[in-house]
Amino acid sequence: MREVAVIGVGMTKFGELWGKSMRDIFVEAALKAINNAGVDHIDSMYVGSMSSGLFVGQEHLGAVMADYLGMNPIPATRVESACASGGVAFRSAYFEVASGNSDIVLAGGVEKMTDGADVTEALATAADQEYEVYQGVTFPGLYAMIANAHMHQYKTKREQIAAVAVKNHKNGANNPNAQFRGEITLDQVLNSTLVADPLRLLDCSPVSDGGAAVILCSMDIAKKFKSTPIRIKATAQASDTIALHGRKSLTSLSAVSVAAAKAYKSAGITPKDVNFAEVHDCFTIAEIVVSEDLGFFEKGKGGPAVEKGFTSLGGKIPINTSGGLKSKGHPVGATGIAQIIEVYEQLTGQAGKRQVKNAKIGLAQNMGGSGASCVINILEAL
Amino acid sequence: MISPKYFREIPQRYRLEAGKCKGCGATYFPPRLVCPECKSKEFTKTYLSSEGKLITYTVVRVGSDKFSQQSPFAVGIVELKDGVKITTQIADVEFDKLKIGLKVKIVFRKIQDEGKSGLHCYGYKAILI
Amino acid sequence: MIGIVGYGSYLPRYRIKVESIAKEWGSDPEAIKRGLQLFEKTVPGLDEDTITISVEAAKNALLRAGIDPQLIGAVYIGSESHPYAVKPSATTLIDALGIGPNVHVASFEFACKAGTEAMYIAYSLVKANEMKYAMGIGADTSQGAPGDALEYSASAGGAAFIMGKENVVAEILFTTSYTSDTPDFWRREHQFYPRHAGRFTGEPAYFRHVINAAQNLLKKSEMKPEDFKHAVFHMPNGKFPQMAGKKLGFTKKQLEVGWIAPWMGNTYSGSSPTGLAAILDVAKPGDKIFMVSFGSGAGSDGFIFKVTDKILKVQNKAVKLRDMLDKGKIYLDYGEYAKFRCKIILND
Repeated sequence: MREVAVIGVGMTKFGELWGKSMRDIFVEAALKAINNAGVDHIDSMYVGSMSSGLFVGQEHLGAVMADYLGMNPIPATRVESACASGGVAFRSAYFEVASGNSDIVLAGGVEKMTDGADVTEALATAADQEYEVYQGVTFPGLYAMIANAHMHQYKTKREQIAAVAVKNHKNGANNPNAQFRGEITLDQVLNSTLVADPLRLLDCSPVSDGGAAVILCSMDIAKKFKSTPIRIKATAQASDTIALHGRKSLTSLSAVSVAAAKAYKSAGITPKDVNFAEVHDCFTIAEIVVSEDLGFFEKGKGGPAVEKGFTSLGGKIPINTSGGLKSKGHPVGATGIAQIIEVYEQLTGQAGKRQVKNAKIGLAQNMGGSGASCVINILEAL
Repeated sequence: MISPKYFREIPQRYRLEAGKCKGCGATYFPPRLVCPECKSKEFTKTYLSSEGKLITYTVVRVGSDKFSQQSPFAVGIVELKDGVKITTQIADVEFDKLKIGLKVKIVFRKIQDEGKSGLHCYGYKAILI
Repeated sequence: MIGIVGYGSYLPRYRIKVESIAKEWGSDPEAIKRGLQLFEKTVPGLDEDTITISVEAAKNALLRAGIDPQLIGAVYIGSESHPYAVKPSATTLIDALGIGPNVHVASFEFACKAGTEAMYIAYSLVKANEMKYAMGIGADTSQGAPGDALEYSASAGGAAFIMGKENVVAEILFTTSYTSDTPDFWRREHQFYPRHAGRFTGEPAYFRHVINAAQNLLKKSEMKPEDFKHAVFHMPNGKFPQMAGKKLGFTKKQLEVGWIAPWMGNTYSGSSPTGLAAILDVAKPGDKIFMVSFGSGAGSDGFIFKVTDKILKVQNKAVKLRDMLDKGKIYLDYGEYAKFRCKIILND
């Protein structure tokens, strides 16, 4: 398979975009990416979206977006893996280019969550409908159960979990596309409304509208375009039981560790070689657990790591310099792509006040539901 | 209109009917067509134990619309005596009494209503013993 | 010998005190406690209804009976708060307990005596040799209109009785029934709360039917009140059964064990059945039990039981009513109670 590059990126602001429809949002992001890459055509496109049917009643998104981008008759495919839809769309686009089937492919993601649907119910479709959701469990509920188990097993402190939100808001303040650009304090997190004990409102990523897109092309033509290319070094994906109660452990997400092992092997690197990472902080506790399962810290040491500043900008392994899902926003299908965008901007020195020094290798970890699917992409500066 | 799907799940929700793999003896709830451990496709009917312990829990304060009247309510993962784990509400409990490791038993309760004119939906919950 | 082979009961853990209700409506709780002999009542959780109560009571009955559920040929639940107007409560129960599918099922209604009608029919089917075992259940989560006298008593609970001919723990010696068209209390289709005729519910309704049924039963059996160790009457409050017992010649001591309404409230179709369960929990072999129910509309069912020595083998096989009545209580305030009883108008 041939080498693949990312040559351009584009995203809308994330937030409550009352005046923009889902089509408007996706097209805006896609056009930005196409313009940023400097390509004059694309061969194919992938659209990641978790639940366009439940949120706005629209399926068949590949067709819809190819039409509205004015790009009929190119092939266009909707990709779904709950919150990992974007990351899997990116991985699918990678294979289409790497295999030689296409030269230039757009991988995009979009979600329009504010058009009045029961968001809790729509998001819950990523869990086990008959054996988790039927009982009344919600996503905050599932991650709260992981948090309680992690605190019980590893003595992780409530303040350490809350520190993730504080750090991510600090980073998001420097991200012009972030939904929330204000810093928050530990006190504010610990006193915000309880959603599912012990998780509070400020431990949870928000409900957002947004779109993001990136352009992939084969490495041998990448330098033709005006933008700076980066290399896709590795991509890996893994699955785990749909229900949290089916897992081997409540405090470790094996889809993450399995995908990570495959990705590191394929890239020929170890966790120590990763300079920074975008990690799926749908809830604060998720970032802590994932940082351990990615091998950045020993099991149980993720909490102290945040407290000590190891994952802050300037720390040993900055995590979520974009602001993460917490501060940047989480339009579900777009998140995986937005992570790639942050990695791209870091590796090409365009991250402004969020810039990680000597950023050579970046990792994007995107997962679905309570960890039933996980996709990891490792990218490298040229 | 949820009748067919609700009807199919009755053996599991009312009687905790599970499947025991003939190949390796592992028990699955709900029953499956293929065993993830040994890939066997043959199973025997079995019933889960109705006692166990709480291995994690939370109190859901913001439920989906369907559960808004019941909120806040406690939910947890129970490891039953036979080793099978289930997600279930913990009923009739004062939230400050919840702790990992508590012994529970399974009772029959109404889980949700399908609106004002739809079905009453029943199933299992746990109570502290 | 035909009679009860296994019995079980169930009460929810939630309670509300008379004081909490009286405070809401500006009434004097002491007058109510004195006048009605009611102190607190059971409240069903939001996840409990006549079906869930019946299932738990029947589980306990099966534990005591020790029989294969598949041998039960009929299950009848009597209630005035069946969760469905059309779809019998016991279809859910049989699937929950592994009874059937070769089984008769129906929902019974006769205000507060639907449970004893269910018991009578179950007994009769076994007596007629139609089937080996049959189960009759009385359970309710009755509603009292806000601010009405009945709000102090309408409560939730139930008891289940498996009738058979083998290993009988309480033989049924005599039965009777006394019925007339007496409109003391009713609920029209589609109405949420019942209505009643105030003081007319006393003499012309409760007392006329209970006393007549009781006297017929005594005559039929050629027995006297002194012959009985325990007596239980329908308990719309704590006062009425005491008055009925006195009128018939029973002593307070005979009523004592079954007299649970002051702390349970009126569990409607579960009333005298739960009283009977409380008695069976402590009864001794040879004890005779006198029971008369009452259902508005109106009618009374009477039973005379004789406890056998098999009772000692089963009492401890399941939870006892008194343990559920006295332990693990969770008290609610009126707001929580109103929410639990769906008395608050919600948005669509």
